[in-house]
Amino acid sequence: MPNIYKTVAYALTVGAAVIALTAPAAAQWKPTKPVEFVVPAGTGGGADQMARTIQGIVEKHKLMSESLVVVNKSGAAGAEGFLAVKGANRDPHKIIITLSNLFTTPLATNVPFNWKDLTPLAMLALDEFILWVNAETPYKTAQEYLAAVKAAPATSPMKMAGTGSKQEDQIITAQIEQALGVKFTYVPFRGGGDVAVQLVGKHVDSTVNNPIEAVAQWRAGSLRPLCVFDSKRLPYNDKIAGTMSWGDIPTCREQGLAIEYLMLRGLFMAPGVTQEQVAYYVGVMQKVRETQEWKDLMANGAFNQTFMTGDAYRKWVADAETMHRAVMDKAGFLAK
Amino acid sequence: MDEIQALFHGFTVAAQPLNLVLMMVGILLGVLIGVLPGLGGANGVAILLPLTFSMSPTSAIIMLSCIYWGALFGGAITSVLFNIPGEPWSVATTFDGFPMAKQGKAGEALTAAFTSSFVGALVAVLMITFLAPLVAKFALKFGPPEYFSVALLTFCSFIGMAKGTPFKTVVAMMLGFALAGIGLDNVTGQLRMTFGTEQLLRGFDFLIAVIGLFGIGEILLTMEEGLNFKGESARMKMRVVIDTWKELPRYWATSIRSCLVGCWMGITPGGATPASFMGYGLAKRFAKDKDKDSFGRGNIEGVVAPETAAHAAGTSALLPMLTLGIPGSPTAAVLLGGLIIWGLQPGPLLFVEQKDFVWGLIASMYLGNIAGLLVVLTTVPFFAAILRIPFSIIAPIIIVICAVGAYTVHNAMFDVYLMLGFGVVGYVFKKLDYPLAPLVLALVLGDRAEENFRQSMLISQGNLSVFWSNPLVGSITGLSMILLFWPLISLILQKLKTK
Amino acid sequence: MNDSDKVERTVGVRVMEYVVAGIVLAFSALLMQQSDKIGASWASDGPQSGYFPFRVGAILAIGALAVIVQTALARNQTDGNFVGRGALRDVMAVLLPSAIYVAAMTWIGFYVASTVFIGAFMWWLGKYRLPVIAPIALGIPVALFLLFELWFKVPLPKGPLETMFGY
Repeated sequence: MPNIYKTVAYALTVGAAVIALTAPAAAQWKPTKPVEFVVPAGTGGGADQMARTIQGIVEKHKLMSESLVVVNKSGAAGAEGFLAVKGANRDPHKIIITLSNLFTTPLATNVPFNWKDLTPLAMLALDEFILWVNAETPYKTAQEYLAAVKAAPATSPMKMAGTGSKQEDQIITAQIEQALGVKFTYVPFRGGGDVAVQLVGKHVDSTVNNPIEAVAQWRAGSLRPLCVFDSKRLPYNDKIAGTMSWGDIPTCREQGLAIEYLMLRGLFMAPGVTQEQVAYYVGVMQKVRETQEWKDLMANGAFNQTFMTGDAYRKWVADAETMHRAVMDKAGFLAK
Repeated sequence: MDEIQALFHGFTVAAQPLNLVLMMVGILLGVLIGVLPGLGGANGVAILLPLTFSMSPTSAIIMLSCIYWGALFGGAITSVLFNIPGEPWSVATTFDGFPMAKQGKAGEALTAAFTSSFVGALVAVLMITFLAPLVAKFALKFGPPEYFSVALLTFCSFIGMAKGTPFKTVVAMMLGFALAGIGLDNVTGQLRMTFGTEQLLRGFDFLIAVIGLFGIGEILLTMEEGLNFKGESARMKMRVVIDTWKELPRYWATSIRSCLVGCWMGITPGGATPASFMGYGLAKRFAKDKDKDSFGRGNIEGVVAPETAAHAAGTSALLPMLTLGIPGSPTAAVLLGGLIIWGLQPGPLLFVEQKDFVWGLIASMYLGNIAGLLVVLTTVPFFAAILRIPFSIIAPIIIVICAVGAYTVHNAMFDVYLMLGFGVVGYVFKKLDYPLAPLVLALVLGDRAEENFRQSMLISQGNLSVFWSNPLVGSITGLSMILLFWPLISLILQKLKTK
Repeated sequence: MNDSDKVERTVGVRVMEYVVAGIVLAFSALLMQQSDKIGASWASDGPQSGYFPFRVGAILAIGALAVIVQTALARNQTDGNFVGRGALRDVMAVLLPSAIYVAAMTWIGFYVASTVFIGAFMWWLGKYRLPVIAPIALGIPVALFLLFELWFKVPLPKGPLETMFGY
């Protein structure tokens, strides 16, 4: 057989194979056993809630042929969960939901993992942060409060409560300190709910709770939101507390505090999984996003509904890591 | 009264046939979850949560809260029968429950445990029904100093309880504290004592220690004593229940004390585990001198006290969850997540906006606990009969179930090895008269206590007077001191009297 | 102490007291050294990470030393036997299989290991016959499988056999 034919035949075969691989890629690979959905945080927290909602949606709408099983691995600020997925090389039956501890835990503790050890799957949403004070305090705007922070004597700085140590809440606190040259006493608690209640009980002066963690107390009139750490106002205009909606909260930038911080609620898979396998889960998540239950969750928590996959997602994560490293370095949070 | 009316409305919601069926299903599932160590109430509820998304919120919470009641009841079963606490708050129940079972009184111990659980829960529900808005505000007064003083009170009410040399008590307690400190330090985010290993990162879960120390340790001791549990003579009749009931009213003082402790710990939210220890500690302290020695050797009061307190706390823990959106227990934390997924917003407005839901839930607390009591009481003879199974059959099954329990806590094989290690430690300690209770108590409360202490120090800028800074924290701290020095104080009082 | 105890004397209680207290002492030293490394003093804003662990270690060391002194002072009392030879054999008869069982779980999975363990235990220590052993040794793991894998969806360690069935 002349060589040319060989080449053509070869090209045709390869071409067919490529088409077969790419076009119906999502339909090709399917999980063959229950999929472990790792949550690197405790039960009841934000990441856990989101994971369990997804699990419920998948179950209810039959979006996967196999079931999705949520497993909490919260040890050492989530390191346990990340290490478990990192260690499950090429195992397509494990996905993990992340929060900011994807960056902060390895930086603050030197536990050996990095997002590059995992396979990025998709960004589901971004969680917002809001500066809250007790409604009985006289501070109506972020400017007024921050002026009070500045004026506080060095012996008793204003107290900021947050979740965990050297994690997102303390990082935002450090950013405010760095931006304005002020000083807070940061008091770490275990969960967002605890933090909100400490503020209601006036044991601390302010918090940077996620919307969903403090919304109940806002509606009951015991907390007051001052500003949101995002580039633009929140796009939710339903009245939440009295005449206020999420959209009525000014951005911190408007208030003269040029800080933005959004927390990743994204998915990763084990290292070494194939493109096909990633595509399958991306497809599932796209279907999850279309359900009413998901939309309700988003509106409830005033989430930023950015969805990203592939290279865009990879780039976002890389940028976020750089940002975390810079802020944490400046604040002295990096492990020696 | 508005509450009564609302409650009756709640009963009509809860008593719908579908809800009643779900209630029974929930109780049975809960008992099962409570019996299997490791698969605790919080895990059980979390696992079953997605199943409820297609139900109405009211039906869903009725079923889930019944799982919770069931787990509370079920935790006592393995504690009494095999010295293995299925749930953290059942640890104190083993102190007297297991000796009772060894004496052939497993039926009595189980009946006492279930009945006191019911009483504790009932008192807590009554409080939720009528005092909800009042006590909810009280919980807000609790900041880090208050939490620390509560932990201090628990330790002080328990100290001096152990027999044997005080040095061994000290060693046991300090070992507990040391183990509790391993892992990530929550206040500074620093790793402690992990030696760079992945396994130690997550720290020591006290359930693993307890399954090993108590469960495996007991099997080793039993082997040494010659291959059988001594509970073979356990009676199997329903009469046990009636006979025990006749005896229980005598312990009314202990019951009331434990109810108060429990409700208070549930609301604040200290949780069911410290409540059970505190209930036990106080019962012993207030016991008549001649009864004091019988604690730890099968005193039925030692079962009544922790069970009442644990259930009262477990139930009232739902109150801060509903009214403030703070979970008083890990299970409540999961339920809280459920509320949000069902589109309800826990918090001060829930009582106003979701009357059906709230009062349906409260009514189901009454019905669920009654149903739970009936279910578990009918199983008493059955469970007591388990002790008649020959040791060489039941022992491997217990070890298998312990292994499952240790594994499921963190889904980690390392924990199963640890459990076996703790088993050997438990065996050796028991033989050398090192008390295990202080170790477990320190392991349970140690890291929280340290965290609260350091949060207080952050808030007060390192000023210790914060623990006396207001009447609330001052009186709790004061009470702890009184309990700590009680032997001394009572001695002085006696001297004064004789003069 | 009677004669039979003397015959099967293995290790004295006092020796065990020393051994345990010694281990505790070593642990406390390690604890203090580690805590010192991460900072064990009282900073301006309260205690550092190692503050409490360091002091816990110190108290632990004092306690262990006290136990050693106490044991030494009680020297003139007769020393009991920690565990009789026969009893030790019985204890080991549970401990060793359990250790093997736990170790095997990693390789052959929880369910297979449990079946073998229950079966072997009943056969070896209980002297049961196969018709009694089989239903229990097979039934318990199957029940647990239904309960955990299928119903509660809690994955337990699995080995080649489960993989063969697609789990």
